[in-house]
Amino acid sequence: MVFPGALWFFIFAYLPMPGIILAFKEYRLDLGGFFSGIIKSQWVGLKNFEFLFLADDAYIITRNTVLYNLVFIVLGLILSVSLAIILFQLSQKKLAKLYQTAMFMPYFLSWIIVSYFVFSFLSVDRGVLNQILSAFGAEPIMWYTDASYWPYILVFMNLWKGIGYSSVIYLAAISGIDRTYYEAAMIDGANKWQQTIKITIPLIKPMMIILTILAIGGIFRADFGLFYQVPRESGPLFPVTNVIDTYVFRSMKVVGDFGLATAAGFYQSVVGLVLVLAANWSVKKINEDQALF
Amino acid sequence: MDSPSKGKLRDIHRLPAAWNGLLHLIAGGFAFVCVFPFVFVVILSFTEENSLLVNGYRIFPEEWSLFAYSYIFRTGDQLLKSYGVTVFVTIVGTALTVLLTTLYAYSLSRKNFKFRGFFAFFAFFTMLFGGGLVPSYIVVAQLLELKDTVWALILPMTMSAFNILVLRTFFLTMIPDAIIESGKIDGASEFRALLSLVLPISLPGIATIALFSTLAYWNDWFNALLYIDSNKLVPLQALMMRLYNTMQFLIQNSTLLNSGQSRELIRSLPQETARMAMVVLATGPIVFAYPFFQRYFVQGLTIGSIKE
Repeated sequence: MVFPGALWFFIFAYLPMPGIILAFKEYRLDLGGFFSGIIKSQWVGLKNFEFLFLADDAYIITRNTVLYNLVFIVLGLILSVSLAIILFQLSQKKLAKLYQTAMFMPYFLSWIIVSYFVFSFLSVDRGVLNQILSAFGAEPIMWYTDASYWPYILVFMNLWKGIGYSSVIYLAAISGIDRTYYEAAMIDGANKWQQTIKITIPLIKPMMIILTILAIGGIFRADFGLFYQVPRESGPLFPVTNVIDTYVFRSMKVVGDFGLATAAGFYQSVVGLVLVLAANWSVKKINEDQALF
Repeated sequence: MDSPSKGKLRDIHRLPAAWNGLLHLIAGGFAFVCVFPFVFVVILSFTEENSLLVNGYRIFPEEWSLFAYSYIFRTGDQLLKSYGVTVFVTIVGTALTVLLTTLYAYSLSRKNFKFRGFFAFFAFFTMLFGGGLVPSYIVVAQLLELKDTVWALILPMTMSAFNILVLRTFFLTMIPDAIIESGKIDGASEFRALLSLVLPISLPGIATIALFSTLAYWNDWFNALLYIDSNKLVPLQALMMRLYNTMQFLIQNSTLLNSGQSRELIRSLPQETARMAMVVLATGPIVFAYPFFQRYFVQGLTIGSIKE
């Protein structure tokens, strides 16, 4: 019964792995097919990596990928837990349910669709924001060529799309807490704030820690859609929007440099592996049962 | 009158009115921010093209119009084709995902399966390490020669170790071994046991996988970006991507192109509003369906976070 699935993993996950040696080669398409193409292509040693690291590319894409992910993790955790606690506290359950459904919506949309939403606000000549600015007599802003705003826009959009989803997960955890804890605390005269700090947060802490550590394991992977679609591939924005994933994609599809793209991908895979192992190791330290493997 | 116990249950949520109001404002405000852009795009799609060009994007347009939609339905061969591709890919992809994932996860959940450990590692190692984009691209495009076929949209996304993990956990926690053993005693094979004993009680778990996969296939554009050139195979999301900068794509693929009627249509082309109308049409099914699925997503995720 495992055979069809195992075959899939073999073809789509394991066959590409030896392709990593392309990072040390100058890949040519014309050498007759897949295997001979890989084998016959010329060795260039570390040249692809040299190119990647000597130009500022590696620094910029690594910095962007890691910093954005760190901000996403920290702000995402704080905001989604707060939102879950707020939703839990609301006494009108019907309304809370409605909010929850509304907040979950962005999760179901693709980044392409979201990029249209963003465009309707940021379009230089017709966008809502520039209309508001000009109503106040201010100069319109060239959103899609001015890099200084994009770190904030990207962070905002990432949180906008993901927080509803993660707060729903935390809400499920909070709803699972035994009500008698709260009742006992109230009899002891604890107010809402004390209950939240002393009961809710400690009890969902394991979940917060696990989800955060897993996210740290993925800190070298960026959400391709967010960084590729939302800024509409605008060149002037690359210094703040280019991440490892978009860099690999562009090197391959636009520039056609397979060796360089593989080298960047290799760098990402290896560091990613190390980070996941480290993350798992820390999970194990904290709670044996929650470790992935 | 509330019974005392009900009163108590409500108590743990009770807040001073001012605080409750403030929290409503925060939660409701964020909920509004989440939904508003979609509503706004719907409004834009019903705006009269000229008033949009003159005034920009407005929440209360000067003039309403259905023209964008009637235009799309007159020239929308490409939209129909893309709908067809997306629906086909979603249905076939989800069916394949459910089939393969169920078989794999069920095997891993059976304690008497000899190579259990090996195949578990075989799947989960892919979560840790991969060849990366370029080698995968070369395998799909050059080794399997799937470029510009519908399979390039389906196969690369079929399996995921995460789905297997979720479903295996579900089988392990929800299906008592005794059920399968008793089936075995009655002479059922593993297949038979899976089919008539395990599947009926595992529907919630399988539905979760199916929903995850449906959403992933419906929203996928990345595989199309990599592998699809032919207009016949452009799925909805990728169509939206190509419409970014130009409506030419839609026009070129209209069968009306060479008639006199179409030249007139092109001249009166509702560029902006038509684009927004396409967004609405491409997103509609998901937006209307998700409130019904939401519950299962949460269930599935909660299951996935439990461990053996």
